[in-house]
Amino acid sequence: MAKLAGCLRAGLRLAVLAGVAALMAAPSSEAVAGVDLPKLERGKGEKCVEDTQFMRRNHMDLLKHQRDETMRKGIRTTRHSLKRCVECHASEKTGSVAASKEDFCAACHSYASVKLDCWDCHATRPGKKSAASPHVPSQVNGGGQ
Amino acid sequence: MSEHNKRDTMQERRDFLKAGAVMAGATAASGVLVYSVAHSRAPEEGASASKRWGMLIDTSKCGDGCNDCVTACNTENGLSGETGPQDSQYIRKLNIKDLRNGRVHELPMLCQHCEHPPCVDVCPTGASMRRADGIVLVDRHICIGCRYCMMACPYKARSFVHEPLTDQNPEVPRGKGCVESCTFCVQRVDRDEQPACVEACNAKGHQAMVFGDLKDPESAIAKALKSQASTEVRADLGLNTGVRYQGI
Amino acid sequence: MANENCINQGNCRTPQFLMLLGAGGLVVLGTLFAFFTLEHHGHVLTGMNNQVVWGLPHVFAVFLIVAASGVLNVASIGSVFGKQVYKARAPLSGMLALAMLAGGLAVLVLDLGRPDRLIVAMTHYNFKSIFAWNMLFYNGFFAIVGLYLLTLMDRKLKAYSKPVGFAAFLWRLALTTATGSIFGFLVARAGYNSALMAPMFIIFSFAYGLAAFLLVQTAMYLWNGLTLDERVLARMKTLLAVFVAASLYFTVVFHLTNLYFAKQWDYERFILLEGGVYTTLFWVGQILVGGLIPLAILFSPGSRKSLALVSLASLLVIIGGHAQMYVTIVGGQAFPLDMFPGYEMSSSFHDGVVAGYTPSGWEILLGMGGIGIAFLATVVAVRAFKFMPQDDFSALECEKD
Repeated sequence: MAKLAGCLRAGLRLAVLAGVAALMAAPSSEAVAGVDLPKLERGKGEKCVEDTQFMRRNHMDLLKHQRDETMRKGIRTTRHSLKRCVECHASEKTGSVAASKEDFCAACHSYASVKLDCWDCHATRPGKKSAASPHVPSQVNGGGQ
Repeated sequence: MSEHNKRDTMQERRDFLKAGAVMAGATAASGVLVYSVAHSRAPEEGASASKRWGMLIDTSKCGDGCNDCVTACNTENGLSGETGPQDSQYIRKLNIKDLRNGRVHELPMLCQHCEHPPCVDVCPTGASMRRADGIVLVDRHICIGCRYCMMACPYKARSFVHEPLTDQNPEVPRGKGCVESCTFCVQRVDRDEQPACVEACNAKGHQAMVFGDLKDPESAIAKALKSQASTEVRADLGLNTGVRYQGI
Repeated sequence: MANENCINQGNCRTPQFLMLLGAGGLVVLGTLFAFFTLEHHGHVLTGMNNQVVWGLPHVFAVFLIVAASGVLNVASIGSVFGKQVYKARAPLSGMLALAMLAGGLAVLVLDLGRPDRLIVAMTHYNFKSIFAWNMLFYNGFFAIVGLYLLTLMDRKLKAYSKPVGFAAFLWRLALTTATGSIFGFLVARAGYNSALMAPMFIIFSFAYGLAAFLLVQTAMYLWNGLTLDERVLARMKTLLAVFVAASLYFTVVFHLTNLYFAKQWDYERFILLEGGVYTTLFWVGQILVGGLIPLAILFSPGSRKSLALVSLASLLVIIGGHAQMYVTIVGGQAFPLDMFPGYEMSSSFHDGVVAGYTPSGWEILLGMGGIGIAFLATVVAVRAFKFMPQDDFSALECEKD
């Protein structure tokens, strides 16, 4: 029963997001129903930790999974940590992922009208120093939250 | 999804091995970091029940009027340092006076990281939790802000965030409407560093706080507890606290 | 004649009904305003703090929850113990129980730090937590009492009213046990930490619930131009007196036990002698207004025939009940935790001193909402369904009690 509900929910969400993703993948933004699509700032580095399409549909599941692993079990892999997302995607202008409506998280979430409460507690900007301790190379450790 | 996770873990492992090789080179060259490398756990390895983090506080070494542990804690965890009735405090200096003989002394009071924490027992959602390695935490993702844990804690170790917050430390997320308390600086412990308060106490030269693994017979804290008398605060409650005191 | 100012029959005039709705609605609006303001600014606007974490809203909420389970007693006495006077009042009693529980729970939820996560509270259960058990009992109460109401009001289901009523009776005992244990299971604090909390809360609930029922019944008879039969009044007021006396008895035993334990002396000195507002609320509010005066009224010869006197006694019991909740909930937290027995303590975190607490206007608005919601639900339900007690006096004559 719970599984069924879960599937149903996932299915619904997938449908909605597929729609959003399709809109965002459209070649010209003004073409779709007269609504401007969010223009996302490109993150730092060459590419995201996952395929862009995959991220559009699944970032919330990855983050939620990581959140419980890190918080409750102390597993601190950084590949899908919110902190690392923020480090790459913080805006050049505002230094944040959600300070202005154009910033990475805020742009898409306000467009899709999906409220998120991550930023009630989590920092929207990268820390001043890279969090890794001196003797561990940063691609391995980062105390990802 | 599971396929994906496997890929994820493999990638992490490869990264880790690579890093390990780099590290081995670096440590061999510098010769300083061998100890911590030997003890650090891989990021994909969770907190383990084979450890139990604990703290031993020698109140006779605690400096009169010294507040360095508190200041360091506030900086590390992004607390304002204000001391109004609605402000958060993870660690505070207690002044206690023996009413029978007038003996006065000071000690830092913080979350005692109990083995049987009342806050965890009473939490309706399971947000208040004890990690495998004994660190008691609040999972803010499922904390509903009912404050029952604050009613239950015998040490008054918990605070409620009464106002919206911004500019948190990226490593220490905290926000309005949830309960919070000392985490033993879990973000530091997970990369083999000492909690901020202990570091500050040592930096000041007081050495009043010893942090370590209670289950490791070779650790400084286990040796000290084995050779000298120590007390639990409210030992009558039988909570088996992770923080012990000497000199009370 | 009776229809001129009635509110609970389909063919009544409606202005009075609408006025009542308006009054209740206004209170609930105030509550919603307070809720959204607090949700935006945080609990910084309340008098609650890290010392007194549960304040005035919880006093109102816990009172309503305790009284809600007690108000169901009227139905239980009818269905389970077969008393006619109470049988006729069972539907009203069940409906009031639901309305008051809804009001109390609403306040508890609106006061949460993260009320947006109510769904988390419903999906994540820590079964060691008595608080989580309370949530199960509350939800179950709605289901069982709802079913009970169906069996009472539907002729076809009437046969089931006795077993379902019995289940509802057991369930409400479990519920109040759990509510009392929210405090009873707090091992750390001198004011709680007692198995007596559970039975004491049950006895309190008997008194508060019956008092609330009597007040509502009085209002319903008045607003419909009807008179309550003296025989009915006499029975119910005697029962209230028994419950109030039993509440006093439990209070005495609770404090006597504490007075016998040396480690509890400081707490007792605080509540009974030196606690300022808490001491006053205890002696004047809980004992005098909520106990001794109602007892004197209820045992006075005049009260046998006086609806006004019985109503006054009921009102006093309810006021005393709020004083009791304030002393129990806020007083229990204001008294400092004793971490080092035999030592004096001080710190920047208000250790070793009596905690200050001054409720803000927002908390009053929030807390009143429970009463507002219960009132609105009652007014609407009473108009939409037949909850007016229908006494069968021929049966009453035969029954001895």
